Amino acid sequence: MRLIITKDYSTVSEWGAKYIKKRINDFKPSADRLFILGLPTGSTPIGTYKKLVEFVQAKELSFKYVVTFNMDEYVGLPKDHPESYHSFMWKHLFKHIDIDPNNVHILNGSAPDLIAECEQYEQAIRDHGGIDLFVGGIGPDGHIAFNEPGSSLASRTRIKSLAQDTIAANARFFNNDINQVPKCALTVGVGTVMDAREVMVLISGASKAIALHMAIEAGMNHMWTVSALQNHPKFLCICDEDATLELKVKTVKYFKGLMGVHNKSIEEDNNSS
Amino acid sequence: MTLLYRFYNCTLVRDHALIQDDLWIRNGKIINPEKIFFSEKTRADIEYDCQGALIAPGYIDLQINGAFGHDFSSADEASEEMLIKVAKLLTSHGVTAFVPTIVSSLPETYQEVLPIYKRRAGSAKDGATILGIHIEGPFIAENKRGAHRTDFLRKSECGIEDLKTCYGSFENVSIITLAPELPNMVENVIPELVARHDLVVSLGHSTATLDCGERAILAGARFITHLFNAMLPFHHRDPGLVGLLTTHPLPATTIVYYGLIVDTVHTHSAAVRLAHRVHPHGLVLVTDAVPALGFPDGTYHMGAHEIVVNGKRATIAGTETLCGSIASLAECVQYMRQALLDGETNKEIINEKDSTQFVVESIEAATLHPAQVLHIENQKGTLSFGADADFIFLDKSLNILSTFIAGEQAWTVTDQWSIDNLQTKSSQ
Repeated sequence: MRLIITKDYSTVSEWGAKYIKKRINDFKPSADRLFILGLPTGSTPIGTYKKLVEFVQAKELSFKYVVTFNMDEYVGLPKDHPESYHSFMWKHLFKHIDIDPNNVHILNGSAPDLIAECEQYEQAIRDHGGIDLFVGGIGPDGHIAFNEPGSSLASRTRIKSLAQDTIAANARFFNNDINQVPKCALTVGVGTVMDAREVMVLISGASKAIALHMAIEAGMNHMWTVSALQNHPKFLCICDEDATLELKVKTVKYFKGLMGVHNKSIEEDNNSS
Repeated sequence: MTLLYRFYNCTLVRDHALIQDDLWIRNGKIINPEKIFFSEKTRADIEYDCQGALIAPGYIDLQINGAFGHDFSSADEASEEMLIKVAKLLTSHGVTAFVPTIVSSLPETYQEVLPIYKRRAGSAKDGATILGIHIEGPFIAENKRGAHRTDFLRKSECGIEDLKTCYGSFENVSIITLAPELPNMVENVIPELVARHDLVVSLGHSTATLDCGERAILAGARFITHLFNAMLPFHHRDPGLVGLLTTHPLPATTIVYYGLIVDTVHTHSAAVRLAHRVHPHGLVLVTDAVPALGFPDGTYHMGAHEIVVNGKRATIAGTETLCGSIASLAECVQYMRQALLDGETNKEIINEKDSTQFVVESIEAATLHPAQVLHIENQKGTLSFGADADFIFLDKSLNILSTFIAGEQAWTVTDQWSIDNLQTKSSQ
């Protein structure tokens, strides 16, 4: 694992966006060789998306040959509902960039056969040769995507019932009316994320501190599903000072000491490995 | 093949605010690009760089007696060609829809002219949409006739039958201005006009008290013709029709709309602010323009009158009586914004308010509100998804840069704003 510790939310966003940009540009995607990118929703990636949009507008990055797979979508919400993850991705990213709409994949929470929808999604990822870089966040309960505590660490794309905590946390987007929040979602599994060639997780804020501690300093545990990434050969975690509040001083010092090396990996010239 | 157009690098007047967003057009309608992205999975065929322009819905004029030398009330001139000619010329004022207005005339004039001005969808080729006719008079109060001829005025002793005899048919009519204190108006005429003929009844050229005005609104009237002009002035013990802006016996859901001529001549800017502060959602900018609109100083015809244009004023020849305005609707929007600006005392927020709130409110007074009067606010006067693609480009001072009707460019101030020059390479 590489743990990048930066100052605050803004720097996490900038670092994350620069990393994505560098990965795509170094890959030199083309019509025959597309870059497959996994994407999250939620408040954490909003700053990263804003930065990516700036890169596209400055012509430093193009999504022309990038294919995206989102992590999840609510069940039963129409695509154009203002709180659907389709709307979120349109508003924060897709409407501002040059991506081909045919290269955008988001689970359809209104599909007539949800199980078939999930299987087709897994197949679509396989058809594209797997995911090059999966970007994600974590919940306060350590979940990655909607893989709530207790989800199998080998799970695939499926329907999940949302935990009470998650529903409560989301009520603020539904007029603070807990009854309006969807109770189920379609989500990629822990196993699906683990299959990606590289995974990058963005973590910001004190509310995520315990989750970060459990994810990287405790053992792999299905109650904190992001901890499965300890077994991934290429796991990059970007966090800010506040998110490190529950980590051992030793852990923080160790990774801060490596920042010189880490910063090279987002430099524009291609010197880093 | 129907093409998908994307206008970008612009600020939109939408949802009562100024927002940075693209405008997507197809088949002459404003459409939702998110739906296109996820359902049809296509991108725009043609993209236009709007160079930072402000995009607003096209202006709608509910009271205009003529323009560019043409008089809608003249039976001699009345023709479809004349109407279309004016409709095309009005696009240079940012007007994409209007209601040609006919002043008090003789029955033979109505019966000749009314059938000619039919409702008509606008286009780049034929100019602004014709939304119906506004018949202003002759059932109005003699003491408040303004520029209307005394010998043409009529009374409604026999109720609606008198109106039918006078006008002939209401088929092409959208709005009627009448004085509610005339016999049978409240009891018989107004309810019938609203229920049976689907007209917008407007109160004006009247000596009505507030009480009479309220009863007229309860009977179905919904508009006031050029507030302050040709009615009793506001009095603190007898507010008159002006009092309708605050009145309480009306249900809370009843919005009373009122026309206002904001040409710096007919209404003092303090009066504009007063009305706006009391009832901002009902304010409708109208030109009440005379045929001289668009022409330099001189003498012109209107109805059976001679009018004299001098600077910003138009008066009946030989008198000081104002007989209508020669400010374009685009200028009225600018004057209203200035009036709101002049009334803002808080120096700290004045720039912020001027660049957003005042702009939005002035534009809505010429777009959303007139559309609401005619119950067409889903199609016209808005940039919401599904509405007709009638819109205008404006600069920071709210000068008109270009006018589009049904998605096609109908007018442009200079070549710089021609869509051929704005088009960027397609991203296909």
